Amino acid sequence: MSLDLLLEPLHYGFMQRSLLIAILVGLICAVVGSYLMVQRLALLGDAISHSVLPGLAIAFILNINIFVGAFVAGILSTMAIAWIRTRTSIKEDAAMGIVFSAFFALGITLITQVQKDNKIDLNHFLFGNILGVSSQEVLDTALISALVLLVVALLYKELQFYTFDPKGAQAAGLPVNLLNFGLMVLIALTIVASMKAVGVILVLSLLITPGATAYLLVKRLHWVMILGAAIGIVSSICGMYLSYYRNLPSGPAIVLVASSFFILALLFSPTQGIFTHSPAQPSGNSIWREIKSLLGRT
Amino acid sequence: MTSFTLPHNPDAAMDLSAHKDVCRDSANLIRIDHVGVKYRAFEALQDISFVAHPGRLIGIIGPNGAGKSTLLQAMLGLTPLATGTVSYDGKPLTDQLERIAYVPQRSQLDLTYPATVWDVVMLGRVKKTGWFRRFSAYSRQVAAAALERVGMTEYRDRPIGQLSGGQQQRVFLARAIAQEADVVCFDEPFVGIDQKTEAIIFEIFHELTRSGKTLLVINHDLGESIAHFDDLVLLNKTLIASGDRRSVLTSEHLSEAYGGKVMFFQ
Repeated sequence: MSLDLLLEPLHYGFMQRSLLIAILVGLICAVVGSYLMVQRLALLGDAISHSVLPGLAIAFILNINIFVGAFVAGILSTMAIAWIRTRTSIKEDAAMGIVFSAFFALGITLITQVQKDNKIDLNHFLFGNILGVSSQEVLDTALISALVLLVVALLYKELQFYTFDPKGAQAAGLPVNLLNFGLMVLIALTIVASMKAVGVILVLSLLITPGATAYLLVKRLHWVMILGAAIGIVSSICGMYLSYYRNLPSGPAIVLVASSFFILALLFSPTQGIFTHSPAQPSGNSIWREIKSLLGRT
Repeated sequence: MTSFTLPHNPDAAMDLSAHKDVCRDSANLIRIDHVGVKYRAFEALQDISFVAHPGRLIGIIGPNGAGKSTLLQAMLGLTPLATGTVSYDGKPLTDQLERIAYVPQRSQLDLTYPATVWDVVMLGRVKKTGWFRRFSAYSRQVAAAALERVGMTEYRDRPIGQLSGGQQQRVFLARAIAQEADVVCFDEPFVGIDQKTEAIIFEIFHELTRSGKTLLVINHDLGESIAHFDDLVLLNKTLIASGDRRSVLTSEHLSEAYGGKVMFFQ
């Protein structure tokens, strides 16, 4: 009976394809997003994901592969951010805010111009359209995922050194600019592969939330990646089933499941959980204590 | 298989210190030649020249904002030079970074990073291991010996964020030892560290110099610990004095660097 509940959606081709995409995206977002989290660059993930939009539109206009257009726009945005930051005294967060909102606005403008002639829908880019993926898109996503995982495996120790201690890594002779660029390429590829599943607005959640959840539970980078990937995959699957049976939008359903896992870890993590690990004063109700400390610490 | 252990028996140390005098006047000199660094219009360092000899523990000292960290980072190519050159063994130092180990100030590192003590020490073996390869058994032995040397073996599986400042600094020292570098650079290793740890670290510094390595250490404090250094480089935007500790620590030099009266130990 319960097996039927799990198997029933799989009788439909579109559900098979969308589950496959969701699993792949949950996997690579968690792995690559772990690097963003440990470098305190979560906002950069948001910036790149918003910035791919004009690339999509231009790819439609020029009739080239939309993955290529999105990827190029994502890389251009990181270069623009780096350029503003190094050539002026504007700080990185301001540079990101300026660049990604400009790219995003350009993207929306271009897509609204071309969507009538091309039968495309802006909403599908913003929020994903996982139920509408084609076999070709599943294949593209699988190839990108394999490439991303291969690069992470091959450069694991160098990227670990660079993300932990960039100056120490540079002084040891590692080509840190190349490593940083490689990381940006990985992030852009991951975002491009995830657009169909959750859209450019919610992809940040898949990049950061599973890794952050794992970070509350384990203390080595590769375990953060492995556990994060497991959480990402389970979130994707649960989100798809919720979406199927409750008629919820798929992207938000996946994100809500991932966020629920994060809340569970936040409450019950053995080392940092609110219920399981109290800082300093042991007395009193833990939730009340947290609220008091949020409201004021005078 | 003991070739990777450090020479901490006194006989071996004596042999190496005899050898030190041979190589001192020839190879392995670091020459800092008219180095200047600019941040836009601001001149952080001007016309710094000195020579660092192998087998010496060299302290870089000066007041806050004197450009000590900038000098070290400029030497290693982490900050671009506006003027001048830095050579090591007759060739540009930045072409030989595999011979260098550098530990930034602890405050510059994110110590909440998900890594254990062992993970951090193994980072010292990344460059020697090479691209696309796994760590060798030899690398693991070197890292284990380095961890043993700083007395942190029992903390091997602890997340670095759970250690005290002194313990963290010992782990970074172990990473530098594991790099098997000829030149080891530390930026303010003694900030926020207890006396006992400071003594342990200085003892290891002396061992490293006895084996012929060059140690460049930024030191903020002009207290008793200054007596551990062989040579000093005193700067405040420009070079005030460099060379043997006693020749640098004169009241004229110090008042030129710090302005006004300074208490110091000689």
